[in-house]
Amino acid sequence: MTTALALPAVHRRHVPVLVTFGLFVLAFATGALRYENFGTAQVFADLFIDNAFLLVVAIGMTFVILSGGIDLSVGSVVALSGMLCAVGTSRLGLPGPLVILVVLLVGTLFGAAMGYVIHVFEIQPFIATLAGMFLARGLCFTISEKQISIENGFFDTVALNRVALPGGVRVSAGAIIALVTFAAAVYVLHWTRTGRNVYAIGGGEQSALFMGLPVARTKIQVYAISGFCSALGGVLFAFYTLSGDGLHAVGMELDAIAAVVIGGTMLTGGSGYVVGTLLGVLVLGVIKTMLTFEGTLSSWWTRIAISVLLFAFIALQRLVGIRRRARSSPSASSPAPASPSPTS
Amino acid sequence: MNPVNAVSRANLARLTRHRLFWPVAVLVLLLVVNAVVTPGFLAIRVRDGHLYGSLIDILRFGAPLIMVSLGMTMVIATGGIDLSVGSVVAISGAMACYLISEGQGLAVALALSFGLCLVLGLWNGLLVTRLSIQPIIATLILMVGGRGIAQLITGGQIITIDRDSGYREIGGGHLAGLPVAVLIVLASVAAAAVLARRTALGLLLESVGGNAEASRLVGIRASGLIVLGYVFCAVCAGVAGWMISSDVSAADGNNAGLWIELDAILAVVLGGTALTGGRFSIAGTVVGALIIQTLNTTIYTAGIPPRTTLVFEAAVVTFVCLLQSPAFRAKVGRRRPGGPVPPPTDPPSADKKVEVPA
Repeated sequence: MTTALALPAVHRRHVPVLVTFGLFVLAFATGALRYENFGTAQVFADLFIDNAFLLVVAIGMTFVILSGGIDLSVGSVVALSGMLCAVGTSRLGLPGPLVILVVLLVGTLFGAAMGYVIHVFEIQPFIATLAGMFLARGLCFTISEKQISIENGFFDTVALNRVALPGGVRVSAGAIIALVTFAAAVYVLHWTRTGRNVYAIGGGEQSALFMGLPVARTKIQVYAISGFCSALGGVLFAFYTLSGDGLHAVGMELDAIAAVVIGGTMLTGGSGYVVGTLLGVLVLGVIKTMLTFEGTLSSWWTRIAISVLLFAFIALQRLVGIRRRARSSPSASSPAPASPSPTS
Repeated sequence: MNPVNAVSRANLARLTRHRLFWPVAVLVLLLVVNAVVTPGFLAIRVRDGHLYGSLIDILRFGAPLIMVSLGMTMVIATGGIDLSVGSVVAISGAMACYLISEGQGLAVALALSFGLCLVLGLWNGLLVTRLSIQPIIATLILMVGGRGIAQLITGGQIITIDRDSGYREIGGGHLAGLPVAVLIVLASVAAAAVLARRTALGLLLESVGGNAEASRLVGIRASGLIVLGYVFCAVCAGVAGWMISSDVSAADGNNAGLWIELDAILAVVLGGTALTGGRFSIAGTVVGALIIQTLNTTIYTAGIPPRTTLVFEAAVVTFVCLLQSPAFRAKVGRRRPGGPVPPPTDPPSADKKVEVPA
């Protein structure tokens, strides 16, 4: 009875995020019931530790997708950043914090340059960032074709120490950095002008232009933010693996896009929440953790299982979302045609 | 300025504004660079009644990419995108090679593999139309899972087949002096061009890509056409899979067709088809795919170190896309004093698609 009364109060825009949240809880509960030692706070904390870099990268991707664009270069920029960290510390012997600052700057400029090309020369984002993907990956191999390990006191200290939380749960510095990035992204998107501009451009670029919003600046900004997040993701990845390799993070752009979409953000832009992205990353993490706990699958069954779960997830979300929308506003869903509509 | 000069300038301006001008110009430029760097690059010899030469090689090794790009063009024309083609390439090659290695006849193997590709295309199409999942995500599911299916078929191994079976002819054989793969591509491109331009099919596809909801309201079966696009794309990818696996007489579930989806999308865009859907150009796609294949050949023959290949590719892609961008040409043209300023053509972002509630 209470649920029936409470449901209509939920805003239509929040439904996808709530559905994702429900499915995450369901998936985690299934794992907890099925496997011993799954339903613990440490496994939940491990989700953040093992996916810290993906979370950071996906947050940057959320900005780009909300503005109606897409960024395929993120995986390559992660690899390039890791490579630069390794070269800076191990080959050049520079202090860790300085190297990280430089890497973040390089990533941001790389993103801004792509944003500039996309906006000023009207190149489709898919293609401009595809070129960026080739460039960053190519630069990795130009620097070194082999893996370089990171031997640096600062990196070792950050990577190997764990912060103890109440309840005996331990998290890595990477997970904390990822959560801080998440909080910053929520603040920027919902409480600053930049955030409003991103949503406005995603909703309709022409309208945003007519309203006098700084379209050019904002479009370059979102790609710069994505570049920054990818570089930060690369630094976290370097903490996680303590090495730089041109083959790191291949295909991570697809994981990031999947996380954003599972979180209920529309690829057409203008609609979605960064908290959905967090849930999307957690869902991907839970799926991978469950497959690890299962433990007996061949590598190809793992791939098939991930795609089946991805499908089940998206399909369920679509079905629940469609039904909710049809029930809450039947008239707004599609304008009734004057003539009998043809079968489609 | 004398009148003759003005007329020739007007002609030149019209020529440079043709949608195929820049892609063809880049292709010619690449060929010229090759001809200068490698003596005898343009020569075509006849040996044992077969044509040989670098140009024939570009066509032969580019055949799978042209096939995949052809299918991709149709999907992009409907406003979609298909990331799963690489996996379909792997699956179809694995299926055909598995059946042949199990002692099945060539016809049975090809028919079953073809049928499987039809099903995969139908799956993509139904996800996009019935469940209205965004195409990039709908096809991502098969992209991830398809590699697993291909490995499941091959049992995680690389299946090798007898080089004497007729299967090898598809990718490595010759007919009437030309490689069979090139002939298959020629036939497919011709069939697609006739179907798209001599019937109303092409117009309908462009209409669906321009505005699916409006097309539905004027009585076009939008969802049927979209499904058709994905099925055609999967079948093209399947044929490309046969070419790739038969050329080496082996099926590799892990690496066959890896990243070919990106090359195919790139070929379509280099050919002047916008990713937003609507107008498409089959000739442009073929030129785009040839640019990519010629570029790969150039990288090998010009002795560019393999480690910088990707950087070089990124530079060429950026260069071609900038040349095609009206905004870029307008800016460069304005800076040149006395040069003809191209009239501002509609930028692709201006015809923003009307949002319709799904």
